[in-house]
Amino acid sequence: MSVADYRAVRTFASPHAHGGGEIRRTMRRVQLALTPATLFGFWLYGWPAFLLWLITLLSVLVFEFMSLRLAGEKDAGRILGDGSALLTGWLLAMTLPPWSPWWVGTLGAFIAIVIGKQVFGGLGQNVFNPAMVARVALLISFPLQLTAWVAPLPLASLAAPGFIEGLRITLGQIPLLDAMTSASLLGFAKTELSRGVGLAQALAAGHAPQLSWLGVRAGSLGESSALLILAGGVFLLATGVIRWQAPVGVLAGTLVPAIIAHAFAPEAYLDAGSHLLSGALLLGAFFIATDYVTSPVTDLGKLVFGLGVGLTTWVIRSLGGYPEGVAFAILFMNALTPIIDHCVKPRVLGRTWSGRPVSLAAPPDARGGSRHGA
Amino acid sequence: MSASIKTLVKDGLWDNNVVFAQMLALCPSMAVTTSGTNGLGMGLATTAVLAASNILISLIRGVVSPQVRIPVFIILIAGLVTLVDMALDAWLHELYKVLGIFIALIVVNCAILGRAEAFASRNGVWASCVDGLAMGLGFTFALTLIGLIREFLGSGTLFAQAPQLLGAGFAFLEIRLHERGGALLMILPPGAFAVLGFLLAGKRLLDARRQAGQKSRQKTSDAEESAAPVDTR
Repeated sequence: MSVADYRAVRTFASPHAHGGGEIRRTMRRVQLALTPATLFGFWLYGWPAFLLWLITLLSVLVFEFMSLRLAGEKDAGRILGDGSALLTGWLLAMTLPPWSPWWVGTLGAFIAIVIGKQVFGGLGQNVFNPAMVARVALLISFPLQLTAWVAPLPLASLAAPGFIEGLRITLGQIPLLDAMTSASLLGFAKTELSRGVGLAQALAAGHAPQLSWLGVRAGSLGESSALLILAGGVFLLATGVIRWQAPVGVLAGTLVPAIIAHAFAPEAYLDAGSHLLSGALLLGAFFIATDYVTSPVTDLGKLVFGLGVGLTTWVIRSLGGYPEGVAFAILFMNALTPIIDHCVKPRVLGRTWSGRPVSLAAPPDARGGSRHGA
Repeated sequence: MSASIKTLVKDGLWDNNVVFAQMLALCPSMAVTTSGTNGLGMGLATTAVLAASNILISLIRGVVSPQVRIPVFIILIAGLVTLVDMALDAWLHELYKVLGIFIALIVVNCAILGRAEAFASRNGVWASCVDGLAMGLGFTFALTLIGLIREFLGSGTLFAQAPQLLGAGFAFLEIRLHERGGALLMILPPGAFAVLGFLLAGKRLLDARRQAGQKSRQKTSDAEESAAPVDTR
């Protein structure tokens, strides 16, 4: 048989060396990739945003530790150090309204770690992305608090709350005034559409893509700056933490239908740019749809998963009742991940795609091996 | 006899609880337990049907041939459920409106046919009656507990609208804990699953603790007994 056939069954013989990858390093890299956008968010939304982030992270660690101890884990501290819980809390904090009261973060941490992760058996066992489970549970439980997007008040500006005032906002002692909050672009578009106002008229005044790129607008930490999230994503791609299939799938899944629909009915459907820069699309594409645990194993599977997330997001945003759908879409595709993994399988070693055994006849330059194979 | 009744009651209420141990009748346990009052009403209605069906089936167990027993049981149960359905509609109309279709669905509540098959068709009338009551009360306990927890977390009340079910004398049961409302999710189906899951885990933990405690107590008493003769010698 040909050389190509022979190569098809070639494997690398032992000894194998460990690549040096470990959970802790991967988690640290993802956290590093999140840092610029997070710091920018702190600057944009002031002390309350930082305090909420801190409280969410601390709560996550406490709940993870308690769950591990309850499960009889002797060395809970070491497992805690792998950083996976910390990352879950971080991602959750990035999707919350920055001026939420503290209990939103703590309750979210409980839902993410205990119900979303440890109940299934801990890291690697959970079906759904814990941060998204918490995010959706909070959104459904407290629709009011979870849609109070505060308009940006950069730290240096005069109106920004000082540390003490920020603490009081996070502790829930100062109620959020309606004047301080504003709708996110997606929410605004949805409301205007439901009132019968066309998009061209509705968005004529307020929509400024360049501000969206920078992130100066009402939203969560995770949608503050599209540019910095994108930079984090590219860093993850460059360091090999994630592969390109899932993010590209998510972006294509949302943008392609958005372009087509907008071309046909610009009054009823948002343009692709607004879809790309609003909400959690970029964060979801690079940081959440690429979760190792809850997305398919194979490259093709990841692509299918990403396309599914993107398409579902577009459908929810454009046709559904909620203005934003990334979290729902990711949970939905998480549920389909086992099916994707079942349908999209790599070729079995030593067999062709159709399942027939590969002939082991040696290539011309390695005759000696043929006797073993036959 | 009294010992066996004690075990029957204990089985029904805790050890072999319909919801927490047998994991039967989960459909009403999930669907109607949005408040403690609903859970209590559904539980009591089911208890009435369960006790009556157990008695009747135990009475006719000698004359029904095994081949036709299931249809006969179902017709008996359906008749009883229709009675309960009409009675609730007449006297507890508010509750009837809330429980709605789930009253009629008591017919296919697997706990009832389960007790008919597993117990009433093999035991005497008295034991079947006790078993039906114990199982029913265990079910009521489970539903009320789930309902109370969901109500507490979801809307911040306890036994809301209790007077409509139990009469004006029970208005003291109705407690409004805070005005803020609660986590809407707990009133929705996922809340029921989460609460049931945590309650099941809690029951297992309790049972495991109790078993471990009994074992260690047995061990120490064994040790004392074996040690005692040595001392007297």
